[in-house]
Amino acid sequence: MINSSSDNVKKLNSINRRMFITGSFKFFIMLGIVSRLFFLQVKENKKYLTLSDKNRIREWKLAPIRGEFHDYFGNVIAGNFEAYQLHIIPEQVEDFRYVIFRVKDLLNLSEKEFKKILKKKKEIKPWETLIVSDNLSWENFSKINNHLYDLNGVKPVISISRNYPYKENFTHLIGYVSQANENDIENTEAIKKNFVPGLKVGKVGLEKSFEEKLIGTNDIERYEVNAYGRRISQLEFQKGQKGKTLRLTIDTEVQKLVNELLKDKAGSICVMDIYTGAIVAMHSSPSFDPNLFVFGISQDDWQLIRNDPMKPLVNKTLQGNYSPGSTIKPIVALSALENGIVNTKFTVNCRGHKHPMELYGQTYHCWKKEGHGFMNLRNAMKQSCDTYFYEVARKLGVDKLSETAKKFGLGKEVFGDLFNIEKKGLIPNTQWKKNALGQSWLLGETIITGIGQGYIQTTPIQLCLMTAQIGNGGYKIYPKLVVDGENEVSPIDKFTPLYKESRNIKIVQDAMYASTNEVRGTSYRSRIDDPKYQFAGKTGTAQVKKITKRDRELDLKTFEIPYEERDHALYVAYGPYKNPRYAVSVIVEHGGNGSTTAAPMAKKLFKLIIDRHEKRQSMDDKKYLEI
Amino acid sequence: MYQHTRLTTTSSFNFFQKFKNFDYVLLICILILGFISLATMYSTDGGQILFHTKSHFTKLAVFTLMMLIISFINIKYWFSIGYLSYLGVVGLLIWTYLFGITSSGSQRWIDLYFINLQPSELMKIFIILCLAKFFHRMKIENVNSIYTILTSLIIILLPMGLVIVQPDLGTALLIAISGIAVLWFAGINYKYFIYTILGFVISLPFVIAFLKPYQKLRVLTFLNPDKDPLGAGYQIIQSKIAVGSGGLFGKGFLKGTQSYLEFLPEKHTDFIFTLFSEEFGFVGSAILLIVYAIIIYRIVAIGASSRSYFAKIFCYSFGAAIFVFITINMSMVLGLLPIVGSPLPIMSYGGSSMLATMIGFGIVMSAKVHSQQLIA
Repeated sequence: MINSSSDNVKKLNSINRRMFITGSFKFFIMLGIVSRLFFLQVKENKKYLTLSDKNRIREWKLAPIRGEFHDYFGNVIAGNFEAYQLHIIPEQVEDFRYVIFRVKDLLNLSEKEFKKILKKKKEIKPWETLIVSDNLSWENFSKINNHLYDLNGVKPVISISRNYPYKENFTHLIGYVSQANENDIENTEAIKKNFVPGLKVGKVGLEKSFEEKLIGTNDIERYEVNAYGRRISQLEFQKGQKGKTLRLTIDTEVQKLVNELLKDKAGSICVMDIYTGAIVAMHSSPSFDPNLFVFGISQDDWQLIRNDPMKPLVNKTLQGNYSPGSTIKPIVALSALENGIVNTKFTVNCRGHKHPMELYGQTYHCWKKEGHGFMNLRNAMKQSCDTYFYEVARKLGVDKLSETAKKFGLGKEVFGDLFNIEKKGLIPNTQWKKNALGQSWLLGETIITGIGQGYIQTTPIQLCLMTAQIGNGGYKIYPKLVVDGENEVSPIDKFTPLYKESRNIKIVQDAMYASTNEVRGTSYRSRIDDPKYQFAGKTGTAQVKKITKRDRELDLKTFEIPYEERDHALYVAYGPYKNPRYAVSVIVEHGGNGSTTAAPMAKKLFKLIIDRHEKRQSMDDKKYLEI
Repeated sequence: MYQHTRLTTTSSFNFFQKFKNFDYVLLICILILGFISLATMYSTDGGQILFHTKSHFTKLAVFTLMMLIISFINIKYWFSIGYLSYLGVVGLLIWTYLFGITSSGSQRWIDLYFINLQPSELMKIFIILCLAKFFHRMKIENVNSIYTILTSLIIILLPMGLVIVQPDLGTALLIAISGIAVLWFAGINYKYFIYTILGFVISLPFVIAFLKPYQKLRVLTFLNPDKDPLGAGYQIIQSKIAVGSGGLFGKGFLKGTQSYLEFLPEKHTDFIFTLFSEEFGFVGSAILLIVYAIIIYRIVAIGASSRSYFAKIFCYSFGAAIFVFITINMSMVLGLLPIVGSPLPIMSYGGSSMLATMIGFGIVMSAKVHSQQLIA
């Protein structure tokens, strides 16, 4: 022992004292740690448990199943089919290069498509699904299935996708679906809510209008995931709801005929029930195959559609602003009668091109070179005498005419907000011109408005509505495309009279009857004598360009004029005359002459529509029986 | 002949006596801790006996055996190699500086073919051994002399410097704490500790200015982990979520979603307590803390019952150091301190740390076995 004992005792005292201090420190620090543990694990447990669940549970939404479109008889016109797809999960593939080249060979993928797939692969995580092809043909699908032994990690999948079995027949009405873009997601709440990558949504037509009803709701899968987002196990599966299936008022048979009639022509046909406003057929030609858009249209197909001079992308029924031509004459006549300007005995002498109507140095010719002679209202309508209507319009004035025209549905959207593309057309009056052009109205403009030329513009669906409302005796109707559901209310002012005196409607109806069914009527050649099918109509020929003196002297036949300069052919009609039910409007762009091009189409149409009427009626009866 | 006989009887008697003198409470607690750590390691391997579990088991077995061997060797011997072992580890640190293995940006390891040794971990123990020897013979009057203080500071600062250049600030600080613990027990005047703490607090802003960007980030992250939840704050946020979601009784063995689904970083090493706490909850964590508390209590008790000053100061200092290692690790994973790389003794995966701790336990046990041994 070198240390003295007193020194040792001092040292021991010092170390023991310090040990005591240290021990107390340790105790309090330990207490601190325990209380921290208590705070985190017992007091704040709920908060951290939620955070932990948020960490580990992730939701996957699957694309909802879209509702279908059925026609009046329950035929599927826009349905779903099972698309054959090819998926690869890159991390499950041992040799990705080998497999992808093998797939390329099997499917005969072009270099461009192949590069696209490789690019897509780079953008996704290795455990995410790479969609190699979203719509394989059955042939390729079975080929892949036959070679599966050699394609480790390749998954042939059957998924649900949109299908339009009637192809171009319903394109403009139904529209089509395609991959949702940012605009769609931002503007529609339902799309935002149900969005999944690759979701297809309506781009135009009813597919777009009824998006919220059609879209349905997602299937939701809840998975436990790890920190890198890889799925570990499924916790829950929540079945979504299929979108609502909509039954349309359309009759596929009639629609098909309409397509047939307008084949290789540009134009539009509408067929409407004059009491219910149900659209039986509605078509704009030329059309295109909407199926092309479902999986993304190829550049070549797109250019073909876009550059077609007949403009297949335009829905002429709703978007086409046409001069109504002589088809406006029933309204001019009705307006004049209603306002007491003319009566049935009022006559005008039409003296042909040698003695045209003259006003302030401007001449106004009738279409008939030789003139019609003395014309009363019935005859003038029957033979579509322009001179008579010049005179009537002059006496009537544009403001009164526009009032009647608007009452019958011209100059505003027929379907309201249903289609965002629908055009209003234009029913001019003096006020309009002042506001829009800042000029005062000229009397000459009134005169040409009387034969549906000049500023006046209407869409085919408006003409159809106008005719329907004349055909049903002058009552207001609301056109519709979807069969009423239980809780849908019909507008209050349905079937309110649009006339002051119903006699005037009768006069116009009679004049339209004469135009179709009496000798020298403009559409006499297209008449049907059988009272079951007999219809009443009015032809129209809308000039595309002003007829010059030289044109008048040449008097060329339609086929001798260049296509773009030919007149539009129009025809409006309703039938059967004795017991009317349907109204039709036909317009053929650059079709030449209403009586030779448009009216014969109406003849074929009425035959079918009226034959189909009984079937349609029996559908209604069945509906009542079911209830 | 007589002497020879006496010697042999003494040694053979000693052998059984040594068994009798063993601190079985400490031994059992260490074994329990070892078992808990193995179970936790098994859980980090996803409920399978994989690399970490196997390796941890091997180390645990070898080092426990080594601890027993150490405890049979007379405390006198450990006293005699105090300086030598310190110099040896300093030598290893220099070797590390020159030829060490670089991993994730710092050069901390020596490749010994069967094990990658981290000498800085060993220094945590051997600095205590060295300083304990240094103060053993010192007269109480000399303890606060300039010579003593300067020498002991050099003993602490030399390895610290060698570790800081690796760079590994966390371990350097722990080495300093081990050294300072000895100085504290040796009886260095309180005022020096107070001055040091004051000086440290005052110079803190300057120190922070000199910190490396990643170290600054750690401090800032500690102060506000939600600032960058997917970057710098990720570890601490996920760690707190894991602990907090454990609740009173935990999610159950092998059912810790945070670790199982790989949200927890460094779950084998520094954050192992998080995983344990998530699976066994507050109750489990408290039991683990109690085991640690008993171990520390036994170490201190052994120190108190030792006759030699060297054994006493070693046990007290080692107990304090182990306590600091545990609290720093736990405070870190519970979000009470910034993240510094410091393993949880025995629990964390890592050979060097376990080796150092087991050597410490061994010397403590040796002090217990040879508690009546006086050291000249």
